[in-house]
Amino acid sequence: MAATVDVNLDDYKYGFSVPENYAFKAEKGLSERIVKQISEMKNEPGWMTDFRLRGYKHFMERPMPQWGGQGMLNTINFDDIYYYIKPVGADKAFESWDDVPEDIKNTFDRLGIPEAEQKFLAGVGAQYESEVIYHSIIKDLEAKGVLFLDMDASLREHPEIVKEYFGTVIPPEDNKFAALNTSVWSGGSFIYVPPGVHIDLPLQAYFRINAQNMGQFERTLIIVDEGAYVHYVEGCTAPTYSTDSLHSAVVEIIVKENGRCRYSTIQNWSHNVYNLVTKRAQAYKNATMEWVDGNLGSKLTMKYPAVWLMEDGAHGEVLSIAFAGKGQVQDAGGKIVHAAPNTSSVITSKSISKGGGRTTYRGLIKVAPDATNSKSNVLCDALILDDESASDTFPYIEIENSNVSIGHEASVSKVSEEQLFYLMSRGIEEDTASNMIVSGFIEPIVKELPMEYALEMNRLIEMEMEGSVG
Amino acid sequence: MSTSLSIKDLQVSIDDKLILKGLNLEVKPGEVHAIMGPNGSGKSTTAYALAGHPAYEVEGGEVWMDGVNLLELSPDERAQMGLFLCFQYPTAIPGISMANFLRTSYNAVKGEEGEDGKKKPIPIAEFRKKLLEKMDLLKMDKSFARRYLNEGFSGGEKKRAEILQMTLLEPKVAILDETDSGLDIDALKIVSEGVNSMLSPERAFIVITHYQRILDYIKPDYVHIMYNGQIILSGGPELALRLEDEGYDNILKSIPQNGNGGN
Ligand SMILES: Nc1ncnc2c1ncn2[C@@H]1O[C@H](COP(=O)(O)OP(=O)(O)OP(=O)(O)O)[C@@H](O)[C@H]1O
Ligand SMILES: [Mg+2]
Repeated sequence: MAATVDVNLDDYKYGFSVPENYAFKAEKGLSERIVKQISEMKNEPGWMTDFRLRGYKHFMERPMPQWGGQGMLNTINFDDIYYYIKPVGADKAFESWDDVPEDIKNTFDRLGIPEAEQKFLAGVGAQYESEVIYHSIIKDLEAKGVLFLDMDASLREHPEIVKEYFGTVIPPEDNKFAALNTSVWSGGSFIYVPPGVHIDLPLQAYFRINAQNMGQFERTLIIVDEGAYVHYVEGCTAPTYSTDSLHSAVVEIIVKENGRCRYSTIQNWSHNVYNLVTKRAQAYKNATMEWVDGNLGSKLTMKYPAVWLMEDGAHGEVLSIAFAGKGQVQDAGGKIVHAAPNTSSVITSKSISKGGGRTTYRGLIKVAPDATNSKSNVLCDALILDDESASDTFPYIEIENSNVSIGHEASVSKVSEEQLFYLMSRGIEEDTASNMIVSGFIEPIVKELPMEYALEMNRLIEMEMEGSVG
Repeated sequence: MSTSLSIKDLQVSIDDKLILKGLNLEVKPGEVHAIMGPNGSGKSTTAYALAGHPAYEVEGGEVWMDGVNLLELSPDERAQMGLFLCFQYPTAIPGISMANFLRTSYNAVKGEEGEDGKKKPIPIAEFRKKLLEKMDLLKMDKSFARRYLNEGFSGGEKKRAEILQMTLLEPKVAILDETDSGLDIDALKIVSEGVNSMLSPERAFIVITHYQRILDYIKPDYVHIMYNGQIILSGGPELALRLEDEGYDNILKSIPQNGNGGN
């Protein structure tokens, strides 16, 4: 196999790429023909093809959102993107790394995935371009009836469950980018956790873009049955190219009575990737849904993980960390819809901007008329590291019931000279000192992560602090 | 004998306002100097300027520590040389545990340089043992190690935490800026004992205080009175007692050159 090509390893250590080796690469641009071609190649049932076409129609019809990162959104050239690329050997996901084509395996080795799998994961899925190339879950979870497959495989092997839930949380017409995803989706994870099953170790998926001008559109569906628990973690990286790539995922989650789902993301795309993702969960009676959302990379991220609290006693939480460096816009936040009585929610957002980066907290708390006795608390703090950088807050609140308690606190601060001086007066160098202040700032969220990811998060933030990544 | 710290005609301004107007002080190893003076006379300014706070502009004069021009060094370099300031108002930093902060600081100041020129960090277990010993000495509860740096600490707890840092970093020159204020009677005793346990022929202390009380515990060799940005009177321990009796007004009147703008 050809040697890896390093494109830009200065700061962003995941910026390498390997030569393209593809079984199929759709022509650039999006058309009805390409949508049908993808569905056909995947041998999908007719209802899924129809779904895709609905998505395609809506995507073409909808105007570009004129908020968030609209300045950058308007510069995306949708004709210059590859919407589907299938790597050689990716007919189905392998269950052993030994079977994975060597260049792809090397890539995931460099990203540390097989190692993490051995150490602290219950299962791993690894997607390369449009297809999941590796998938595996520990045997005793399989025996308990846990399903953890790539989305395409689940459609082949469990079509009835997929048909029942697919697109029910986020319909094809939900928004322009969810529609785009629906039309060309490929890969992603499918998880089903049977009643009462508690998965102790996290399941992880890793999404890797390798090709230039790539569009990655994975689709994830998670069903946590009554009293069950799962922690799902996703990570993502891409090579640094001078042209732009697009990542537009849809994640749908259903948490049934007394179930709990935690979904953690460490988004570290290279700075040429548009990251436009729709994530939504429905939490039923006394269920808990938690989004832990770390956004460090990408050129523009627009992502507001949502929880719909559908039944009595449901609880939703969004913990969001965003770091925007030079040339980056992180437009992130969360949405909670209180649709039933006695529901509660918390949104905690911490953002850091540096070197001209912009962070925005954009959030919505909505309380339906019959959601009596609901509670919500929003806390968003922004840390701005220099005069070129900026931060905004857009907290929307829509309340249609008077018997609720809603709290909102926001702060914007700069790294204080006094804090920096205090640390330096104890012999700590300036760079280390400001890193410490930043990691202290995000600590309330990082401490929620399993240790391995907390370390990873701190390390990534440190790397971002060191330089403006190319 | 060599000097620990030599301050010559130091002039310092904040926001273009001259605060220190020609400060002179010689501190030798093993000595304890007390600085007293009315509010606003420039005691904390002296401490901050010596530690290198960026808001304090040095307009003139010299400060030498062990033959090194201190004024050319950044605050962290000064600390690494062995200068330590117990802050009058320590800053809180949320999200950073005391233990993590103390270890980072310890490694920066005390870490021994390896062959690659980088400082070798102390093993965590070894540090932990050391930390617990010092905390025990200052009768601090173990739980402080897990708390965020100075966050939510009471006034007295903050002062105790400052002394804890000092005992860990074992500086050559320690400046205590009103460490006694805000301490209850027992705490004053514990903190003073902590300081006294560190007295050594190699180490010098500058104790800034308003009260004679702490000087009963920490015996000064010299007492200086600061007024309007200068040291206008120096003496032995008896000067602090005299001050307590007579008050600043009377003492100032008795100094002939005082009142002509503080040359
Ligand atoms: N940031 C600042 N801007 C303007 N003036 C300042 C600033 N900091 C200190 N000063 C002034 O400098 C003078 C000396 O202050 P300093 O804090 O050194 O006094 P001090 O002797 O420590 O007093 P105290 O006994 O009250 O602690 C005061 O008049 C004070 O108002
Ligand atoms: Mg003072």
